Amino acid sequence: MVTADPELTENSTVREHVLDNGLRVLVQEVHTAPLATVWCWYRVGSKDERPGLTGVSHWVEHMNFKGSTNIPRDKVKGIIEQYGGYWNGYTWIDQTTYTETATRDALDRMLFIEAERMGSCLYDPADCESERTVIISELQGGENDPDQLLDQELTATAFRLHPYRHPTIGWLSDLQTMTRDDLYGHYRRFYVPNNATLVIVGDVATDEVLRAVDGHFGRLESREVGPRSHPVEPEQLGERRVTIAKEGTTAYLKIGFHGPSLTDPDFFPLLVLDAALTGAKGINLWASFRTPPPQRSTRLYQALVNTGLASAVNGGVVPTQLPFLYTISATATEGTELARVEQAAVHAIDRVRAEGITEDELAKAKTQLRARLVFENDSITNIAHQLGYFETIASWRRYPSVAQQIAAVTLEQVAAVAAARFAPSNRTIGWFAPSSSDARSSVAVGTASPERAR
Amino acid sequence: MTTPEAGRVETGPQIRGLSPIRDVLDNGVTILTKQTNTTPAITLHASLLAAGSTSDPAALAGLAHFVSRTIDRGTARHSGDEIAEELDGRGVSLSVSVGRHALSLVGTCLVEDFDAILSLLAEIVTTPTFPAVEVDRRRGEIVTMIRQDEDNPAAVATDGLMAMLYGPSHPYGRPIRGTLDTVERIDRAALQRFHGEHVAPDATTLAIVGDIEPRRALDVASRAFGPWTATRLERPTWPPLSGAFGRRTRTIPMMNKSQTDIAYGFTSIARADPAYYAYSLMNNILGQYSLGGRLGDSIRERQGMAYYVSSALDANVIPGPLMIRAGVNPSNVERAIQSIDAELTALIASGPTAEEVAESKQYLIGSMPRTLETNAGIASFLQTIERFDLGLDYDVRMPALLRQVARDEVYEAARRAVDPSKAAIVVAGPYDGPLT
Repeated sequence: MVTADPELTENSTVREHVLDNGLRVLVQEVHTAPLATVWCWYRVGSKDERPGLTGVSHWVEHMNFKGSTNIPRDKVKGIIEQYGGYWNGYTWIDQTTYTETATRDALDRMLFIEAERMGSCLYDPADCESERTVIISELQGGENDPDQLLDQELTATAFRLHPYRHPTIGWLSDLQTMTRDDLYGHYRRFYVPNNATLVIVGDVATDEVLRAVDGHFGRLESREVGPRSHPVEPEQLGERRVTIAKEGTTAYLKIGFHGPSLTDPDFFPLLVLDAALTGAKGINLWASFRTPPPQRSTRLYQALVNTGLASAVNGGVVPTQLPFLYTISATATEGTELARVEQAAVHAIDRVRAEGITEDELAKAKTQLRARLVFENDSITNIAHQLGYFETIASWRRYPSVAQQIAAVTLEQVAAVAAARFAPSNRTIGWFAPSSSDARSSVAVGTASPERAR
Repeated sequence: MTTPEAGRVETGPQIRGLSPIRDVLDNGVTILTKQTNTTPAITLHASLLAAGSTSDPAALAGLAHFVSRTIDRGTARHSGDEIAEELDGRGVSLSVSVGRHALSLVGTCLVEDFDAILSLLAEIVTTPTFPAVEVDRRRGEIVTMIRQDEDNPAAVATDGLMAMLYGPSHPYGRPIRGTLDTVERIDRAALQRFHGEHVAPDATTLAIVGDIEPRRALDVASRAFGPWTATRLERPTWPPLSGAFGRRTRTIPMMNKSQTDIAYGFTSIARADPAYYAYSLMNNILGQYSLGGRLGDSIRERQGMAYYVSSALDANVIPGPLMIRAGVNPSNVERAIQSIDAELTALIASGPTAEEVAESKQYLIGSMPRTLETNAGIASFLQTIERFDLGLDYDVRMPALLRQVARDEVYEAARRAVDPSKAAIVVAGPYDGPLT
């Protein structure tokens, strides 16, 4: 039985093996469905980029789906699909990762693909050029969403020095000027076995898996990645603000606080505090998007949504390698001034900063988080994600103890974290304050069509 | 490993089958159960099969959606706050959503919370009170959502395409969330009336999937839903679709945006149509297989024009849309539409290759174990087989149904379904140029 129950997870059969070339391999047998999943993780993300090359990690991720020495460009598709499989990848601030999930007989093909990806992608100049416009299209699609735009501006305002300040997709001018050699250089530097973690979970036999991994990856050579520049963000000395004034229909508020990294003792108290403020999201970035948090009884939902000031509120605390942000987001209801939403949010935050949370709130937050840990381990894809994610930002060995660390959080710790982290001088407040776009016209061309006034 | 099509060994659920258990309570509520032991959790998925947006009166578009935002905000026995406390206290989030044909309530709870959560779910479904204060609050949220949609090119383009394909007199042609006008008119009485007319035992299906014995699940469900009596409903009917149209285009300029969304589509077929499997394969080849099928190959991979392009087939209770969607830079709008035209023209001229048909069959058949991996995935699958009367052994029969489709049938589906001279096309975003 697979379960996220803490005691059983402790006894789970994660087997760790490190190849001579430094590749770390984690295998967990889960025999509930005839499936296998592979995740290949690299310790490189947008925080490892310098100005001029922002977005390079993400663009490299795209290029690594475009053929390799032994997978011709036009044969990329179909390898996993033959097994009814799913594949994808993502890049974020600390990591780049690739995944396949398919019937278990696809395991050898999945390992083959990941070994090829690590060692011999092509970076055909024409493909790099063609992908430039795809990436810019991805950036522009994101800009269509005011909430995403505000998030990007808020982060860039909250960080002055640390590379967490720039968006993972990159800044447009860098995407317009980066060259094929920039991409290839980044790929060659970071895509080495000693900078990677390979996770395999599913209906597999561990010893066979390890033999197959050795066969596919053993030939790859390790190489020094070289020094990375992660300057320490100077302490913020006063509240910062950013306002986006752009045409739109709806107003958005975000409040960002400099938060703790996963290994900071403040992390789990903040996770509990967030559950009391906006509802528990769990701790799995890959799974948590699927289900909204239980949150109607939480402080900020009561203060913002049940008062009619906001149509939605959310809080975001995510495990990261270095100190990132804790962000509270709210969507103002039609006709509500952002200043009123901000005032109500700040009032609730100030109150928790002064008084902490109650015993009941603590108990409820822990129950919610315990349930979310179970729910977010409902598939081999999600289980494998957590092992690799934690290994990439700290160590996979921190994952099995997550439930105990949540259970051990005290009222005093939560109060202390609220008092310290929610100080006004530690916050950045962002507004998306729309100017009217009601003048939109509707132009019909060609045959007449049913028209609606928009 | 054996080659595709050549009798590859089927594993897992295909051999032993999912074998869910189906019971119908005396009052007509259908209960589908499946025991799994993946996690110590249970997913509950209730479908109210007459409470979709197609049941909205034309003057009150958005009524079913409004019900979905308020049904869990107060019952005969509990206030909205008490319900929130009960759910939050157990870590459960109940997602209520509405589609064209059903209103769904889905939640996952720990095994130990099953009785309490199922009992609360039954209360929410059977005795919602729609308290006035909640109705007013949620109206504000819905108005905000509609305003957000108006500023979202993807939503504007798809709503625009549905209006173009089905027309304002057909419920598919109206936006699910309604309009600012109709939402303003919806009051507590309208919500209560909708519930009274469209939520009844014989139009309710509950799927229970997780770490629980089917007999016990049924016992608890019987206690929760058994006492419910309500008038039997007449099955809803829908106006016929208009006949074939010529090509129609519409541009909705949103000059404050960065990217343009294209919605390009047709009406398709009902799920019960014998050609469904041929259509499904055709759609997979056209706009799904791997990264967006032929369309993805051309528009994203070869021409680098879009981050996303794909097609989706909604063969539903009635013929839903086959919709192609792409997000492109405004300077590429015309080129992208020409490329979609070219791919469709090629597909209806020569049909798919035998290899494409084989690959898509293999993919769709092989993806079944993934579909059935999680409790939520199984629950949703059970709702689908119940709604379309596919049979409790559908997971076992599906591979053969797909395998027996001939290439010519897929070719015929393409000729019937995706003729660009009959396409409806809506473009929304920072583009105000002409379309052809």
